[in-house]
Amino acid sequence: MDFLMQEWVLELGWILLQILVVIGPLLIAVAYLTLAERRVIGFMQLRKGPNVVGPFGLFQPFADALKLMAKETILPSGANKVVFLIAPMLTFILALVAWAVIPFGEGLVIADINVGILYLFAISSLGVYGVIMAGWASNSKYAFLGALRSAAQMVSYEVSMGLVIINVLLCVGSLNLSAIVEAQRGMWFALPLLPMFVVFFISTLAETNRAPFDLPEGESELVAGYLVEYSSMSFALFFLGEYANMILMSAMTTILFLGGWLAPFDIWPLNIIPGPIWFILKIVLVLFVFLWVRATTPRYRYDQLMRLGWKIFLPFSLLYVVATAGFLLATDNLPAVMGG
Amino acid sequence: MRALTDQFRSFLLLELGKGLFLTLKYFFKPKVTINYPYEKGSLSPRFRGEHVLRRYPNGEERCIACKLCEAICPAQAITIEAEPRDDGSRRTTRYDIDMTKCIYCGFCQEACPVDAIVEGPNFEFATETREELYYDKDKLLANGDRWETEIARNLAADSQWR
Repeated sequence: MDFLMQEWVLELGWILLQILVVIGPLLIAVAYLTLAERRVIGFMQLRKGPNVVGPFGLFQPFADALKLMAKETILPSGANKVVFLIAPMLTFILALVAWAVIPFGEGLVIADINVGILYLFAISSLGVYGVIMAGWASNSKYAFLGALRSAAQMVSYEVSMGLVIINVLLCVGSLNLSAIVEAQRGMWFALPLLPMFVVFFISTLAETNRAPFDLPEGESELVAGYLVEYSSMSFALFFLGEYANMILMSAMTTILFLGGWLAPFDIWPLNIIPGPIWFILKIVLVLFVFLWVRATTPRYRYDQLMRLGWKIFLPFSLLYVVATAGFLLATDNLPAVMGG
Repeated sequence: MRALTDQFRSFLLLELGKGLFLTLKYFFKPKVTINYPYEKGSLSPRFRGEHVLRRYPNGEERCIACKLCEAICPAQAITIEAEPRDDGSRRTTRYDIDMTKCIYCGFCQEACPVDAIVEGPNFEFATETREELYYDKDKLLANGDRWETEIARNLAADSQWR
C-alpha cells in the first residue's frame, strides 16, 4: 500500500512538473506577445512603441499586469455573477489545456494521443463558450452583440478550418500530431497545400478574433464587445486567454503546415539545432505575421466576413479536399492509415 | 472578362500582399517618435509658453502698470493693481495671472509697450494643484530672471518681422 502510494505520487509529480515546464514559459510568452504586438504595430506606424519601462520596454508587461491586479473587479449589478466569473476562467483554461497535445520536439509532448488534432480542434471550438457566457452574463447590450458576432464568426470559420485539416490528414493518414510533423520530413505541407495554408491562416485569424476579423471586440463600434463589462483580473484572464490562443493557433499552423520541430532542410548546420528551438522560431514567425496583418488591414464588415467564410473558404477548401484526395489516389500516394 | 480577371486577382490576394509589403517597408524605416523628456522638438522663436515679467539689465522691472495687457486679455486672466512707488515712478503692486484661465493667445505681449510681459519658451510647468497655477508678481519676475537669456534671443530673432 505504501509502495503504491509512492508510485502514484511520483507519477502525479512528474505530470505536474511537465505541465509547469509548458505553462510557465507559455505565460511569459503571452506577456511578451502583448509587448511584441505593441512594438511591432508601433514600428509599422513609424512609432517606437513602449520602450521606457526597463531596457527596450521589457518590463512593460509586468507593469501592465501589476496595474490590472491593483484594479477593482467590478461585478455589474444586473450580471449573472457565477457565469460572469466563470467565463474568463473558461477562456483562459481552455487556451492552456490545449497545450497538452502539442509536440515540442521528437517525443517532447505531455500527452501523445492518437486523436491529437481532433482534441485541438475540439478545445479551440469550446473557446466560443467563454465568449458567449461573458456576453450573456454581462447583461449589457454591447457585450451581448459582441458575443453574438463572435459566436457566429468562430462557428463559420471552424467549418472551413475542419476541411483544411482534412486536406492535411489525407496526406498524413494519422490524427497524431507527432505523426503529422514526421510526415513533413521531405517537404512541408505549406508548399503542396499552399492555398490551404493561406486559408487556414486566415481562418485562425478569424478564430482568434484578430484583425481584420476583430468584429467581436470592434472597439470603434462595440466599445470592446464581450469584454466591455470586465475589469481587473477577470479582464486580464480574457486577455491572457486570447493571446495564449494566438500562440496555440500559431503552434497548430506550424505543426500542420510548417513542419513542426523539423529543420527547414535536413542539412548539417540546420539539423543540429534542437527541434524545440525550430518549433519556437516558427511559432514566433507565424505570430509576427499575426501582428503584421493587424497593422495592415482594416476591419471586415460583418457581411463580408460571413461571405468570405461561407461562400469562398468553404467551397474552396471542399474542392481542394476533392482535388487532394483525387491526386493522391491517382498517383497511388494515399498513405496507409497509421495508429488505428 | 474584366469581372473574371478581377475575381482572379482578388483570389490571389495581390492587394493584400501589396499592403503587407508596404507595412513591412515601414517596419524598417527610421521612427519619427521624439524620445520626450530626453529629446525635445525645436520651438519657434514665436512660441507662446509660460509667461514671464522681464527686467532691464540694471535690475529695474520693465512693467509700468499701463494695464494694456489686462485690458486686452480675452480670457480676463490678468489682474493688476498699481500705485506710485516711493521714488515717484508708476509700478504695479499686484500683477496676477490666472494660468488656468489663460488661453496663450499672446495678446498681452503684443500689447505691452515695454516688452515687460512676454510668453517664454517654457511649456513644462504642469503642477499638481490648481493653486500653483495662480501666478503672482514674484513668480512672474522669478520666471523672467530664469528665462531671460532664451527670451532675449527669441525676441531678437523675431524682431526683424515686427
